[in-house]
Amino acid sequence: MPKLTDMAKTIRSKNAGTDKITFDIIFRAQPQYDWVKECKVLTRQTVASILNIAEERISDFVEYDPAYAIKFTIHRLKPSGSAGDGDIFGAQQYAPFLEVDVPEMPK
Amino acid sequence: MASIKIICPNGHLGFAPLKTASFHLGVEEKPDFIAADSGSDDIGPVPLGSDTCASPKSWQEHDLEEMLLASRKLDVPMIIGSAGDTGSNSRVDMYVQMIRDLAAKHNLPEFKIGWFYSEVDKELVRSKIRSGSTIEGLDVRAALTEAELDATDRIVAMAGVHPFRKLLEEGCDVIIGGRSSDSAVFAAPALHKGYDKAEAYYLGKVLECASFCAEPYGAKETVLGSIENGGVEVTAMHPGQRCTVASVAGHAMYERSNPYHEYVAGGLLDMTHCKYEQVSEKTTRVTGMVFEDATDFRVKLEGSGKVGERFVGMAGIRDPYTIANVDKVIDWAREQVRERFGDEGWELHYNVFGRDGIMGDMEPNRDKPGHELLVVVQGVAATREMAEEVAITGTRQLFYARLPEVKGTAGGVSFVFDEVLPASSAYRWTLNHTMSVSDPLELFPTHTDIVSQ
Repeated sequence: MPKLTDMAKTIRSKNAGTDKITFDIIFRAQPQYDWVKECKVLTRQTVASILNIAEERISDFVEYDPAYAIKFTIHRLKPSGSAGDGDIFGAQQYAPFLEVDVPEMPK
Repeated sequence: MASIKIICPNGHLGFAPLKTASFHLGVEEKPDFIAADSGSDDIGPVPLGSDTCASPKSWQEHDLEEMLLASRKLDVPMIIGSAGDTGSNSRVDMYVQMIRDLAAKHNLPEFKIGWFYSEVDKELVRSKIRSGSTIEGLDVRAALTEAELDATDRIVAMAGVHPFRKLLEEGCDVIIGGRSSDSAVFAAPALHKGYDKAEAYYLGKVLECASFCAEPYGAKETVLGSIENGGVEVTAMHPGQRCTVASVAGHAMYERSNPYHEYVAGGLLDMTHCKYEQVSEKTTRVTGMVFEDATDFRVKLEGSGKVGERFVGMAGIRDPYTIANVDKVIDWAREQVRERFGDEGWELHYNVFGRDGIMGDMEPNRDKPGHELLVVVQGVAATREMAEEVAITGTRQLFYARLPEVKGTAGGVSFVFDEVLPASSAYRWTLNHTMSVSDPLELFPTHTDIVSQ
C-alpha cells in the first residue's frame, strides 16, 4: 500500500507560537490531494490516533485547497523551550505521518 | 499609483547569514525599501528572559552591513524589526550601535536613524490587571494573574505598523525596531506610500520569511515583493529559485495554525479568498486579500520567567536489558536526588533519545527503542551549586542503578565525559497574552538621531 510520503511533496511540523505545533502535509498535485481527502486518511480522529493524543489537543484542522494541503495544529502540553522539551522548534514531530498508509489510487 | 518594491534577504536576520549573491541581484532591481525581521519566539524563552541573543554578533553585523551599504547606495530606507532575536531594549540599543559603528567603518554620508522600544514595564501590566482590563490569554492560556506576572523577568509587546510609520514619516533612513510583527516591517512602508491595508499586510505576510515562499527549498535567499495593479507580486532573486503558486500559497500557512487568517495589532488579514496566478517564470501574483480593522486595539505580549539555574549531563545505554528497563533506571536516579534534596526545590528532566526523546508521549514507536540510547539529563535548581549537584546525581546514579537481572554490574551506562555541563538558566514562557491599549504607540516610544562622521 502506498505511504503518505509517496504522495506528498512536503510533510513538516513547526511551532505556531509558543504553545502550539502545526503540521503541513502538502501534495504535488490536486489528484493526490483529493484522493487523500476522499479516503479520509487524515482527519481529526486519525491524527489524534497517530499521535496518541486526545482529540481536544487538536486546535485546528484545515483542508487548504489553494496549496493542496492538509494542515492541523496541536496544543503543546508545556510551552516551547521549557526544560525537558525535546524539540524547541517543533520541527521533528512530523515523522509518524511519513509512513501512514494511503489506499491505492484508481488509474 | 506607482508600484512599490521591497526586498527581504533574511527571514530571521542573524540566525544564519543572508546569502549575498541573491541579495545583490535584489539590490540591482532598485527596490524602494530593504527590510527584514530579526526575531522569533521559536528560539524558546531563554534569550528574552536572560536578555541575550540566540544569534552570533558576527552574523548580525554581516547582514546589517550588507543591508546598510545597499540602503545608503540606493538612498532608500532600511527597516529592521525585532532587533537581536527578542526585540528587547538592550537588543535595540545594540543594533543601533552596530549601525553607527558600520557607518563609521565605511565613512558613510550623513543619514537619519530611528528606533523604538518594545519592552513593557511589569507595573504597567499590573495596573491594567488591577483596573479590570483583563490580560487575555492566547491559545488556551488563562488570563494573566499577578502571580504569573511576578514570575516573569521580561515582557515585550509585539509592535504593529504604527511605530515604523511614525519613524518613516519623520524621514528616517534606517529604522531599528523592538519586538515587531514580522509582517509589519513590510506593511508599514507600503501603508506609508498610500497602499491599501489588504495589499500592504499581504506583502508583509509573503515577504517575512524571505525565500521560504520560493521553491526549491533554500533559506536565506532574497525575494522581491511589489504591489502593482491592485495585487501583490513576489519574485525569487536566486537564479535557481522560483515563486510558484504552490510555494506562495504554501507559505501562507507556514508557522501558523490557520492558513486563512493573520492577526496583527489593529486587525486581521483574511486570505480566504486569495487567488494565485503564475505571471512569469519566477513570479507569482496574488489578489483577493481582505483586511478587517479590529474594534478593540489589543497588543500581543510575550513574557519569559526564570525557573532556575541549569546543568546538563548525558549517559549512553547499550545493554538491551537496561534499555528495556530505562524507566526504572531513571526512577532510581531520581530517587537518589529526592533522598538528598527532598521533594521540592529542584527539577530533573530526562530525554531518552533512541526511544522517545523528541516526541515524548506522542512517539508511536516508544515501545521499540533502538539498540543504543542517549539519555540527556537536565538538573534545575535555585543556585548553580545545587543545580550542578542535582544534574550530576541524576546522571551518575544512572551508572549505579540497581536492576535485578542486570549482568553488567560494573556500570549501567556509558559516559562520553564524566561531568555535567553548565547550560543556560532554565526559563519558561509566562506570557502569550494580549493587552488592550488606547493608543497604538503607547507601548512603543520612538527616538531619532543623525548619524554623521
